[in-house]
Amino acid sequence: MSTLLDNLDLFTEGFKNTLILFFFSAIFALILGTVVGAMRVSPVPAARAAGTVYVNLVRNTPLTLILFFFALGYPKLGLPQISFMVAAIIGLSLYTATYIAETIRSGINTVPIGQAEAARAIGLDFGQTLSLVVLPQALRAVIPPLFSVLIALLKNTTIAAGFSVMEAGSIRANLSERGEPAMASLLWVAFFFIVLVALLSLLQRHFEKKWKVAR
Amino acid sequence: MTSVLFDAPGPKARARYLLVGILATVLVLGVVGFIILRLAESGQFTAAKWRIFSFPLVQQTILQATGATLSAFATAAVLSIILGALLAVGKLSDHRWVSVPSYWIVELFRAVPLLILMMIIYYGLPSLGVQGITPFAAVVAGLTLYNGSVLAEAFRAGIESLPKGQKEAGLAIGLRKGQVMSLILFPQAFRAMLPLVLAQLVVILKDTALGFIVTYNEILFQAKYFGSQAQYGSPIIPAAMVAGAIYIGLCLILSGIAKLVEIRLRKGRKGKVLEATPAPGGGGMAGD
Repeated sequence: MSTLLDNLDLFTEGFKNTLILFFFSAIFALILGTVVGAMRVSPVPAARAAGTVYVNLVRNTPLTLILFFFALGYPKLGLPQISFMVAAIIGLSLYTATYIAETIRSGINTVPIGQAEAARAIGLDFGQTLSLVVLPQALRAVIPPLFSVLIALLKNTTIAAGFSVMEAGSIRANLSERGEPAMASLLWVAFFFIVLVALLSLLQRHFEKKWKVAR
Repeated sequence: MTSVLFDAPGPKARARYLLVGILATVLVLGVVGFIILRLAESGQFTAAKWRIFSFPLVQQTILQATGATLSAFATAAVLSIILGALLAVGKLSDHRWVSVPSYWIVELFRAVPLLILMMIIYYGLPSLGVQGITPFAAVVAGLTLYNGSVLAEAFRAGIESLPKGQKEAGLAIGLRKGQVMSLILFPQAFRAMLPLVLAQLVVILKDTALGFIVTYNEILFQAKYFGSQAQYGSPIIPAAMVAGAIYIGLCLILSGIAKLVEIRLRKGRKGKVLEATPAPGGGGMAGD
Protein backbone atom coordinates (compact mmCIF):
# COMPACT_ATOMS: atom_id res chain seq x y z
CA MET A 1 0.00 0.00 0.00
CA SER A 2 2.78 2.42 0.86
CA THR A 3 4.29 1.86 -2.58
CA LEU A 4 1.13 3.31 -4.06
CA LEU A 5 0.53 6.12 -1.55
CA ASP A 6 4.13 7.35 -1.43
CA ASN A 7 4.34 7.55 -5.21
CA LEU A 8 0.86 8.68 -6.05
CA ASP A 9 2.32 11.37 -8.32
CA LEU A 10 3.98 8.78 -10.57
CA PHE A 11 0.93 6.56 -10.67
CA THR A 12 -1.47 9.40 -11.56
CA GLU A 13 0.97 10.77 -14.17
CA GLY A 14 1.45 7.31 -15.67
CA PHE A 15 -2.19 6.37 -15.85
CA LYS A 16 -3.16 9.84 -17.07
CA ASN A 17 -0.84 9.37 -20.05
CA THR A 18 -2.12 5.84 -20.57
CA LEU A 19 -5.66 7.18 -20.77
CA ILE A 20 -4.58 9.96 -23.15
CA LEU A 21 -2.88 7.39 -25.38
CA PHE A 22 -5.95 5.17 -25.23
CA PHE A 23 -8.47 7.94 -25.85
CA PHE A 24 -6.83 9.54 -28.87
CA SER A 25 -5.74 6.25 -30.42
CA ALA A 26 -9.25 4.86 -30.00
CA ILE A 27 -10.84 7.86 -31.75
CA PHE A 28 -8.38 7.88 -34.65
CA ALA A 29 -8.52 4.11 -34.99
CA LEU A 30 -12.33 4.12 -35.05
CA ILE A 31 -12.41 6.77 -37.78
CA LEU A 32 -9.64 5.23 -39.89
CA GLY A 33 -10.97 1.69 -39.29
CA THR A 34 -14.47 2.64 -40.46
CA VAL A 35 -13.07 4.28 -43.59
CA VAL A 36 -10.86 1.28 -44.38
CA GLY A 37 -13.73 -1.10 -43.63
CA ALA A 38 -15.92 0.83 -46.09
CA MET A 39 -13.10 0.83 -48.66
CA ARG A 40 -12.94 -2.95 -48.47
CA VAL A 41 -16.58 -3.34 -49.52
CA SER A 42 -16.65 -0.45 -51.99
CA PRO A 43 -17.37 -0.81 -55.71
CA VAL A 44 -13.98 0.71 -56.62
CA PRO A 45 -11.43 -2.08 -57.13
CA ALA A 46 -8.46 0.19 -56.40
CA ALA A 47 -9.90 1.18 -53.02
CA ARG A 48 -10.64 -2.47 -52.19
CA ALA A 49 -7.08 -3.47 -53.07
CA ALA A 50 -5.53 -0.64 -51.06
CA GLY A 51 -7.64 -1.54 -48.02
CA THR A 52 -6.79 -5.23 -48.29
CA VAL A 53 -3.06 -4.63 -48.61
CA TYR A 54 -3.04 -2.20 -45.67
CA VAL A 55 -4.99 -4.54 -43.38
CA ASN A 56 -3.01 -7.65 -44.27
CA LEU A 57 0.34 -5.92 -44.00
CA VAL A 58 -0.21 -4.14 -40.70
CA ARG A 59 -2.08 -7.00 -39.02
CA ASN A 60 0.90 -9.25 -39.65
CA THR A 61 3.38 -6.80 -38.15
CA PRO A 62 4.00 -6.78 -34.39
CA LEU A 63 2.84 -3.58 -32.72
CA THR A 64 6.24 -3.38 -31.06
CA LEU A 65 7.86 -3.08 -34.49
CA ILE A 66 5.42 -0.37 -35.59
CA LEU A 67 6.12 1.67 -32.46
CA PHE A 68 9.82 0.95 -32.94
CA PHE A 69 9.61 2.49 -36.39
CA PHE A 70 7.70 5.59 -35.30
CA ALA A 71 9.73 6.21 -32.15
CA LEU A 72 13.23 5.44 -33.45
CA GLY A 73 13.03 5.48 -37.24
CA TYR A 74 10.75 8.44 -37.92
CA PRO A 75 13.06 11.10 -36.37
CA LYS A 76 15.68 10.16 -38.97
CA LEU A 77 13.42 10.99 -41.90
CA GLY A 78 13.97 14.74 -41.54
CA LEU A 79 10.24 15.40 -41.22
CA PRO A 80 8.76 17.72 -38.59
CA GLN A 81 9.77 16.33 -35.20
CA ILE A 82 7.02 14.78 -33.10
CA SER A 83 7.04 13.84 -29.44
CA PHE A 84 7.21 10.19 -28.41
CA MET A 85 3.64 10.52 -27.21
CA VAL A 86 2.39 11.56 -30.66
CA ALA A 87 4.51 8.86 -32.28
CA ALA A 88 2.91 6.26 -30.00
CA ILE A 89 -0.59 7.56 -30.77
CA ILE A 90 0.08 7.34 -34.53
CA GLY A 91 1.48 3.81 -34.23
CA LEU A 92 -1.34 2.57 -31.98
CA SER A 93 -3.99 4.14 -34.24
CA LEU A 94 -2.58 2.66 -37.45
CA TYR A 95 -2.32 -0.78 -35.83
CA THR A 96 -5.72 -0.79 -34.12
CA ALA A 97 -7.50 0.60 -37.19
CA THR A 98 -6.86 -2.67 -39.07
CA TYR A 99 -8.65 -4.64 -36.35
CA ILE A 100 -11.53 -2.14 -36.28
CA ALA A 101 -11.79 -2.38 -40.07
CA GLU A 102 -12.04 -6.18 -39.96
CA THR A 103 -14.60 -6.04 -37.15
CA ILE A 104 -16.75 -3.56 -39.03
CA ARG A 105 -16.49 -5.58 -42.22
CA SER A 106 -17.71 -8.68 -40.40
CA GLY A 107 -20.52 -6.54 -38.95
CA ILE A 108 -21.55 -5.45 -42.44
CA ASN A 109 -21.88 -9.13 -43.30
CA THR A 110 -24.34 -9.70 -40.46
CA VAL A 111 -26.81 -7.09 -41.76
CA PRO A 112 -29.55 -8.96 -43.64
CA ILE A 113 -29.23 -8.68 -47.42
CA GLY A 114 -32.77 -7.30 -47.62
CA GLN A 115 -31.67 -4.10 -45.91
CA ALA A 116 -29.11 -3.24 -48.57
CA GLU A 117 -31.43 -4.39 -51.33
CA ALA A 118 -34.24 -2.18 -50.03
CA ALA A 119 -31.84 0.75 -49.78
CA ARG A 120 -30.77 0.24 -53.38
CA ALA A 121 -34.38 -0.21 -54.48
CA ILE A 122 -35.31 3.24 -53.23
CA GLY A 123 -32.40 4.66 -55.20
CA LEU A 124 -29.66 5.20 -52.63
CA ASP A 125 -26.14 4.98 -53.97
CA PHE A 126 -23.25 3.07 -52.34
CA GLY A 127 -22.26 5.85 -49.95
CA GLN A 128 -25.83 6.43 -48.80
CA THR A 129 -26.60 2.71 -48.52
CA LEU A 130 -23.57 2.21 -46.34
CA SER A 131 -23.75 5.29 -44.15
CA LEU A 132 -27.53 5.56 -43.71
CA VAL A 133 -28.69 1.94 -43.71
CA VAL A 134 -25.99 -0.69 -43.34
CA LEU A 135 -23.33 0.83 -41.06
CA PRO A 136 -25.69 1.99 -38.29
CA GLN A 137 -26.99 -1.57 -38.02
CA ALA A 138 -23.58 -3.16 -38.45
CA LEU A 139 -22.10 -1.05 -35.65
CA ARG A 140 -24.73 -2.24 -33.19
CA ALA A 141 -24.10 -5.85 -34.10
CA VAL A 142 -20.34 -5.55 -33.51
CA ILE A 143 -20.38 -3.79 -30.14
CA PRO A 144 -18.89 -6.82 -28.28
CA PRO A 145 -15.99 -7.46 -30.70
CA LEU A 146 -15.43 -3.72 -31.04
CA PHE A 147 -15.01 -3.42 -27.31
CA SER A 148 -12.64 -6.41 -27.32
CA VAL A 149 -10.50 -4.46 -29.78
CA LEU A 150 -10.66 -1.38 -27.56
CA ILE A 151 -9.72 -3.42 -24.47
CA ALA A 152 -6.78 -4.84 -26.43
CA LEU A 153 -5.83 -1.28 -27.38
CA LEU A 154 -5.91 -0.21 -23.72
CA LYS A 155 -3.57 -3.06 -22.82
CA ASN A 156 -1.37 -2.40 -25.85
CA THR A 157 -0.69 1.17 -24.71
CA THR A 158 1.77 -0.34 -22.21
CA ILE A 159 4.06 -1.22 -25.11
CA ALA A 160 4.71 2.50 -25.59
CA ALA A 161 6.60 2.33 -22.30
CA GLY A 162 9.38 0.61 -24.22
CA PHE A 163 9.68 3.69 -26.41
CA SER A 164 10.23 6.56 -23.99
CA VAL A 165 6.59 7.38 -23.25
CA MET A 166 5.96 7.95 -19.57
CA GLU A 167 2.84 5.86 -19.01
CA ALA A 168 1.58 3.03 -16.83
CA GLY A 169 4.03 0.52 -18.30
CA SER A 170 7.02 2.64 -17.31
CA ILE A 171 5.96 3.19 -13.69
CA ARG A 172 8.11 0.27 -12.58
CA ALA A 173 11.31 1.64 -14.11
CA ASN A 174 10.71 5.03 -12.48
CA LEU A 175 9.85 3.49 -9.15
CA SER A 176 12.92 1.29 -9.01
CA GLU A 177 14.95 4.49 -9.26
CA ARG A 178 13.22 5.57 -6.09
CA GLY A 179 14.12 2.22 -4.54
CA GLU A 180 10.62 0.79 -4.41
CA PRO A 181 10.15 -2.99 -4.71
CA ALA A 182 9.46 -3.95 -8.33
CA MET A 183 6.80 -6.52 -7.48
CA ALA A 184 4.61 -4.18 -5.45
CA SER A 185 4.59 -1.45 -8.10
CA LEU A 186 3.92 -3.94 -10.91
CA LEU A 187 1.06 -5.54 -9.04
CA TRP A 188 -0.52 -2.12 -8.45
CA VAL A 189 -0.21 -1.36 -12.16
CA ALA A 190 -1.78 -4.73 -13.00
CA PHE A 191 -4.56 -4.04 -10.49
CA PHE A 192 -5.43 -0.69 -12.07
CA PHE A 193 -5.51 -2.28 -15.50
CA ILE A 194 -7.93 -4.91 -14.24
CA VAL A 195 -10.14 -2.10 -12.93
CA LEU A 196 -9.96 -0.20 -16.24
CA VAL A 197 -10.73 -3.34 -18.25
CA ALA A 198 -13.67 -4.08 -15.96
CA LEU A 199 -14.95 -0.54 -16.53
CA LEU A 200 -14.73 -0.99 -20.29
CA SER A 201 -16.59 -4.30 -20.00
CA LEU A 202 -19.35 -2.54 -18.05
CA LEU A 203 -19.52 0.13 -20.74
CA GLN A 204 -19.76 -2.61 -23.35
CA ARG A 205 -22.69 -4.24 -21.54
CA HIS A 206 -24.40 -0.85 -21.27
CA PHE A 207 -24.10 -0.17 -25.00
CA GLU A 208 -25.12 -3.70 -25.89
CA LYS A 209 -28.34 -3.30 -23.92
CA LYS A 210 -28.99 0.19 -25.18
CA TRP A 211 -28.43 -0.58 -28.84
CA LYS A 212 -29.73 -4.10 -29.04
CA VAL A 213 -31.04 -4.76 -32.54
CA ALA A 214 -34.39 -6.46 -32.41
CA ARG A 215 -34.31 -9.11 -35.10
CA MET B 1 -21.56 -10.06 -50.59
CA THR B 2 -20.08 -6.84 -51.92
CA SER B 3 -22.44 -6.83 -54.85
CA VAL B 4 -25.36 -6.47 -52.45
CA LEU B 5 -24.25 -3.01 -51.43
CA PHE B 6 -24.27 -1.46 -54.89
CA ASP B 7 -25.96 -2.00 -58.26
CA ALA B 8 -24.17 -3.43 -61.24
CA PRO B 9 -22.55 -0.29 -62.65
CA GLY B 10 -23.86 1.20 -65.85
CA PRO B 11 -21.71 3.23 -68.25
CA LYS B 12 -21.95 6.40 -66.14
CA ALA B 13 -21.20 4.63 -62.87
CA ARG B 14 -18.32 2.75 -64.47
CA ALA B 15 -16.79 6.02 -65.58
CA ARG B 16 -17.27 7.43 -62.07
CA TYR B 17 -15.75 4.34 -60.44
CA LEU B 18 -12.82 4.59 -62.82
CA LEU B 19 -12.32 8.23 -61.86
CA VAL B 20 -12.54 7.46 -58.12
CA GLY B 21 -10.27 4.48 -58.66
CA ILE B 22 -7.67 6.60 -60.41
CA LEU B 23 -7.92 9.25 -57.69
CA ALA B 24 -7.54 6.63 -54.98
CA THR B 25 -4.57 5.08 -56.78
CA VAL B 26 -2.93 8.46 -57.19
CA LEU B 27 -3.52 9.24 -53.52
CA VAL B 28 -2.08 5.92 -52.32
CA LEU B 29 0.84 6.10 -54.72
CA GLY B 30 1.39 9.68 -53.59
CA VAL B 31 1.61 8.70 -49.93
CA VAL B 32 3.81 5.68 -50.65
CA GLY B 33 5.92 7.75 -53.05
CA PHE B 34 6.33 10.49 -50.47
CA ILE B 35 7.50 7.99 -47.85
CA ILE B 36 9.97 6.42 -50.28
CA LEU B 37 11.15 9.85 -51.36
CA ARG B 38 11.70 10.87 -47.73
CA LEU B 39 13.54 7.61 -47.10
CA ALA B 40 15.72 8.17 -50.14
CA GLU B 41 16.37 11.84 -49.40
CA SER B 42 17.42 11.12 -45.85
CA GLY B 43 19.82 8.58 -47.29
CA GLN B 44 18.20 5.38 -46.04
CA PHE B 45 18.84 3.53 -49.31
CA THR B 46 22.53 4.34 -49.57
CA ALA B 47 24.87 1.38 -49.65
CA ALA B 48 26.64 2.62 -46.52
CA LYS B 49 23.51 2.19 -44.44
CA TRP B 50 22.91 -1.34 -45.67
CA ARG B 51 26.51 -2.49 -45.64
CA ILE B 52 26.28 -3.87 -42.12
CA PHE B 53 23.68 -6.42 -43.30
CA SER B 54 26.08 -7.80 -45.90
CA PHE B 55 28.45 -9.23 -43.28
CA PRO B 56 28.03 -12.98 -42.80
CA LEU B 57 28.37 -12.60 -39.04
CA VAL B 58 25.54 -10.08 -38.90
CA GLN B 59 23.38 -12.28 -41.09
CA GLN B 60 24.12 -15.25 -38.84
CA THR B 61 23.17 -13.22 -35.76
CA ILE B 62 19.89 -12.20 -37.36
CA LEU B 63 19.24 -15.82 -38.25
CA GLN B 64 19.95 -16.81 -34.66
CA ALA B 65 17.61 -14.07 -33.44
CA THR B 66 14.92 -15.42 -35.76
CA GLY B 67 15.56 -18.83 -34.24
CA ALA B 68 15.17 -17.33 -30.77
CA THR B 69 11.85 -15.76 -31.80
CA LEU B 70 10.65 -19.04 -33.28
CA SER B 71 11.71 -21.12 -30.28
CA ALA B 72 9.91 -18.76 -27.88
CA PHE B 73 6.90 -18.91 -30.19
CA ALA B 74 6.88 -22.71 -30.47
CA THR B 75 7.34 -23.29 -26.75
CA ALA B 76 4.66 -20.74 -25.85
CA ALA B 77 2.27 -22.12 -28.50
CA VAL B 78 2.45 -25.69 -27.21
CA LEU B 79 2.22 -24.64 -23.57
CA SER B 80 -0.69 -22.24 -24.21
CA ILE B 81 -2.71 -24.94 -25.94
CA ILE B 82 -2.09 -27.29 -23.01
CA LEU B 83 -2.90 -24.59 -20.44
CA GLY B 84 -5.94 -23.52 -22.45
CA ALA B 85 -7.25 -27.08 -22.52
CA LEU B 86 -6.70 -27.53 -18.78
CA LEU B 87 -8.38 -24.22 -17.92
CA ALA B 88 -11.30 -24.89 -20.25
CA VAL B 89 -11.89 -28.30 -18.70
CA GLY B 90 -11.42 -26.73 -15.27
CA LYS B 91 -14.02 -24.05 -15.96
CA LEU B 92 -16.54 -26.70 -17.00
CA SER B 93 -15.77 -28.93 -14.03
CA ASP B 94 -18.62 -29.95 -11.73
CA HIS B 95 -16.43 -29.33 -8.69
CA ARG B 96 -16.68 -25.76 -7.58
CA TRP B 97 -13.19 -25.81 -6.07
CA VAL B 98 -11.87 -26.41 -9.59
CA SER B 99 -14.23 -24.31 -11.69
CA VAL B 100 -14.17 -21.14 -9.58
CA PRO B 101 -10.35 -20.76 -9.51
CA SER B 102 -10.17 -21.63 -13.22
CA TYR B 103 -12.72 -18.92 -13.96
CA TRP B 104 -10.77 -16.30 -12.02
CA ILE B 105 -7.42 -17.31 -13.49
CA VAL B 106 -8.81 -16.87 -17.00
CA GLU B 107 -10.41 -13.51 -16.19
CA LEU B 108 -7.31 -12.26 -14.39
CA PHE B 109 -4.74 -13.10 -17.03
CA ARG B 110 -6.91 -11.80 -19.83
CA ALA B 111 -7.25 -8.42 -18.14
CA VAL B 112 -3.58 -7.79 -17.30
CA PRO B 113 -1.54 -6.38 -20.21
CA LEU B 114 0.86 -8.98 -21.55
CA LEU B 115 3.84 -6.67 -21.16
CA ILE B 116 3.02 -6.04 -17.49
CA LEU B 117 2.71 -9.81 -17.06
CA MET B 118 6.17 -10.32 -18.55
CA MET B 119 7.57 -7.56 -16.35
CA ILE B 120 6.02 -9.12 -13.25
CA ILE B 121 7.76 -12.38 -14.11
CA TYR B 122 11.06 -10.86 -15.18
CA TYR B 123 11.50 -7.98 -12.73
CA GLY B 124 9.04 -8.86 -9.99
CA LEU B 125 9.70 -12.53 -9.23
CA PRO B 126 13.48 -12.20 -8.68
CA SER B 127 12.80 -9.54 -6.03
CA LEU B 128 10.73 -12.15 -4.21
CA GLY B 129 13.71 -14.49 -4.21
CA VAL B 130 12.82 -16.61 -7.24
CA GLN B 131 16.11 -17.46 -8.96
CA GLY B 132 17.00 -18.16 -12.56
CA ILE B 133 14.35 -16.18 -14.45
CA THR B 134 15.84 -15.76 -17.92
CA PRO B 135 14.29 -13.39 -20.46
CA PHE B 136 13.29 -16.50 -22.43
CA ALA B 137 11.42 -17.91 -19.45
CA ALA B 138 9.70 -14.58 -18.82
CA VAL B 139 8.59 -14.24 -22.44
CA VAL B 140 7.35 -17.83 -22.69
CA ALA B 141 5.60 -17.74 -19.29
CA GLY B 142 3.91 -14.42 -20.08
CA LEU B 143 2.76 -15.58 -23.50
CA THR B 144 1.56 -18.91 -22.09
CA LEU B 145 -0.48 -17.41 -19.25
CA TYR B 146 -2.15 -14.82 -21.46
CA ASN B 147 -2.79 -16.91 -24.56
CA GLY B 148 -3.67 -19.98 -22.49
CA SER B 149 -6.47 -17.94 -20.90
CA VAL B 150 -7.67 -16.70 -24.27
CA LEU B 151 -7.61 -20.23 -25.70
CA ALA B 152 -9.42 -21.55 -22.62
CA GLU B 153 -12.35 -19.30 -23.49
CA ALA B 154 -12.28 -20.51 -27.09
CA PHE B 155 -12.18 -24.19 -26.07
CA ARG B 156 -14.94 -23.69 -23.52
CA ALA B 157 -17.14 -22.04 -26.14
CA GLY B 158 -16.33 -24.91 -28.49
CA ILE B 159 -17.22 -27.57 -25.94
CA GLU B 160 -20.45 -25.81 -24.98
CA SER B 161 -21.48 -25.46 -28.61
CA LEU B 162 -21.45 -29.25 -29.04
CA PRO B 163 -24.84 -30.99 -29.06
CA LYS B 164 -25.86 -32.24 -25.64
CA GLY B 165 -26.36 -35.73 -27.03
CA GLN B 166 -22.60 -36.17 -27.39
CA LYS B 167 -22.03 -36.00 -23.67
CA GLU B 168 -25.15 -38.00 -22.83
CA ALA B 169 -24.25 -40.74 -25.28
CA GLY B 170 -20.76 -40.92 -23.82
CA LEU B 171 -22.10 -41.22 -20.28
CA ALA B 172 -24.71 -43.74 -21.46
CA ILE B 173 -22.13 -46.18 -22.77
CA GLY B 174 -20.42 -46.08 -19.38
CA LEU B 175 -17.56 -43.64 -19.89
CA ARG B 176 -16.57 -41.60 -16.88
CA LYS B 177 -16.83 -37.80 -16.91
CA GLY B 178 -13.11 -37.40 -17.52
CA GLN B 179 -13.21 -39.86 -20.38
CA VAL B 180 -16.22 -38.15 -21.98
CA MET B 181 -14.31 -34.88 -21.86
CA SER B 182 -11.00 -36.16 -23.16
CA LEU B 183 -12.25 -38.73 -25.69
CA ILE B 184 -15.43 -37.17 -27.02
CA LEU B 185 -15.99 -33.51 -26.23
CA PHE B 186 -12.52 -31.98 -26.36
CA PRO B 187 -11.38 -33.49 -29.69
CA GLN B 188 -14.51 -32.17 -31.38
CA ALA B 189 -14.23 -28.76 -29.77
CA PHE B 190 -10.56 -28.51 -30.75
CA ARG B 191 -11.43 -29.32 -34.34
CA ALA B 192 -14.25 -26.81 -34.42
CA MET B 193 -12.05 -24.12 -32.87
CA LEU B 194 -8.96 -24.86 -34.96
CA PRO B 195 -9.24 -21.69 -37.09
CA LEU B 196 -9.46 -19.61 -33.92
CA VAL B 197 -6.52 -21.46 -32.36
CA LEU B 198 -4.39 -20.82 -35.43
CA ALA B 199 -5.36 -17.14 -35.44
CA GLN B 200 -4.25 -17.01 -31.82
CA LEU B 201 -0.93 -18.59 -32.82
CA VAL B 202 -0.32 -15.64 -35.15
CA VAL B 203 -0.94 -13.39 -32.14
CA ILE B 204 1.61 -15.37 -30.11
CA LEU B 205 4.17 -15.04 -32.89
CA LYS B 206 3.64 -11.28 -33.08
CA ASP B 207 3.72 -10.87 -29.31
CA THR B 208 7.14 -12.51 -29.04
CA ALA B 209 8.32 -9.08 -30.20
CA LEU B 210 7.42 -7.83 -26.71
CA GLY B 211 10.47 -9.77 -25.57
CA PHE B 212 12.39 -6.82 -26.97
CA ILE B 213 11.33 -4.76 -23.94
CA VAL B 214 12.28 -7.40 -21.36
CA THR B 215 15.68 -7.79 -23.08
CA TYR B 216 15.00 -11.12 -24.78
CA ASN B 217 17.52 -11.56 -27.56
CA GLU B 218 15.06 -11.77 -30.47
CA ILE B 219 14.74 -10.17 -33.91
CA LEU B 220 13.75 -6.69 -32.82
CA PHE B 221 16.39 -6.63 -30.08
CA GLN B 222 19.09 -7.41 -32.62
CA ALA B 223 17.59 -4.91 -35.06
CA LYS B 224 17.94 -2.16 -32.49
CA TYR B 225 21.51 -3.25 -31.73
CA PHE B 226 22.59 -3.20 -35.37
CA GLY B 227 20.51 -0.09 -36.01
CA SER B 228 22.48 1.89 -33.47
CA GLN B 229 25.95 1.03 -34.78
CA ALA B 230 27.29 4.52 -35.34
CA GLN B 231 30.23 3.50 -37.54
CA TYR B 232 27.73 2.17 -40.11
CA GLY B 233 25.65 5.36 -40.00
CA SER B 234 23.14 4.15 -37.38
CA PRO B 235 20.99 2.25 -39.92
CA ILE B 236 17.92 2.07 -37.66
CA ILE B 237 15.41 2.31 -40.53
CA PRO B 238 17.11 -0.39 -42.64
CA ALA B 239 17.20 -2.53 -39.51
CA ALA B 240 13.49 -1.96 -38.91
CA MET B 241 12.84 -2.91 -42.54
CA VAL B 242 14.80 -6.15 -42.18
CA ALA B 243 12.97 -7.03 -38.96
CA GLY B 244 9.63 -6.09 -40.52
CA ALA B 245 10.24 -8.28 -43.55
CA ILE B 246 11.08 -11.27 -41.34
CA TYR B 247 8.06 -10.78 -39.07
CA ILE B 248 5.61 -10.17 -41.89
CA GLY B 249 6.98 -13.17 -43.79
CA LEU B 250 6.65 -15.50 -40.79
CA CYS B 251 3.17 -14.22 -39.90
CA LEU B 252 1.93 -14.45 -43.50
CA ILE B 253 3.10 -18.07 -43.68
CA LEU B 254 1.25 -18.85 -40.45
CA SER B 255 -1.87 -16.95 -41.58
CA GLY B 256 -1.73 -18.81 -44.88
CA ILE B 257 -1.67 -22.15 -43.07
CA ALA B 258 -4.58 -20.99 -40.91
CA LYS B 259 -6.60 -20.09 -43.98
CA LEU B 260 -5.82 -23.43 -45.67
CA VAL B 261 -6.90 -25.37 -42.58
CA GLU B 262 -10.10 -23.35 -42.35
CA ILE B 263 -10.97 -24.04 -45.98
CA ARG B 264 -10.28 -27.75 -45.54
CA LEU B 265 -12.34 -27.89 -42.37
CA ARG B 266 -15.24 -26.16 -44.05
CA LYS B 267 -15.11 -28.59 -46.95
CA GLY B 268 -15.02 -31.52 -44.56
CA ARG B 269 -17.96 -30.16 -42.61
CA LYS B 270 -20.03 -29.67 -45.74
CA GLY B 271 -19.76 -33.35 -46.54
CA LYS B 272 -20.83 -34.26 -43.06
CA VAL B 273 -23.78 -31.91 -43.01
CA LEU B 274 -25.01 -33.51 -46.22
CA GLU B 275 -24.72 -36.93 -44.63
CA ALA B 276 -26.58 -35.78 -41.60
CA THR B 277 -29.49 -34.13 -43.40
CA PRO B 278 -31.59 -37.33 -43.55
CA ALA B 279 -32.13 -37.02 -39.80
CA PRO B 280 -33.11 -33.40 -39.31
CA GLY B 281 -35.32 -34.05 -36.31
CA GLY B 282 -32.77 -35.73 -34.07
CA GLY B 283 -31.11 -32.65 -32.60
CA GLY B 284 -28.15 -34.53 -31.23
CA MET B 285 -27.55 -36.62 -34.33
CA ALA B 286 -27.47 -33.80 -36.84
CA GLY B 287 -24.39 -32.21 -35.37
CA ASP B 288 -20.95 -33.58 -36.08
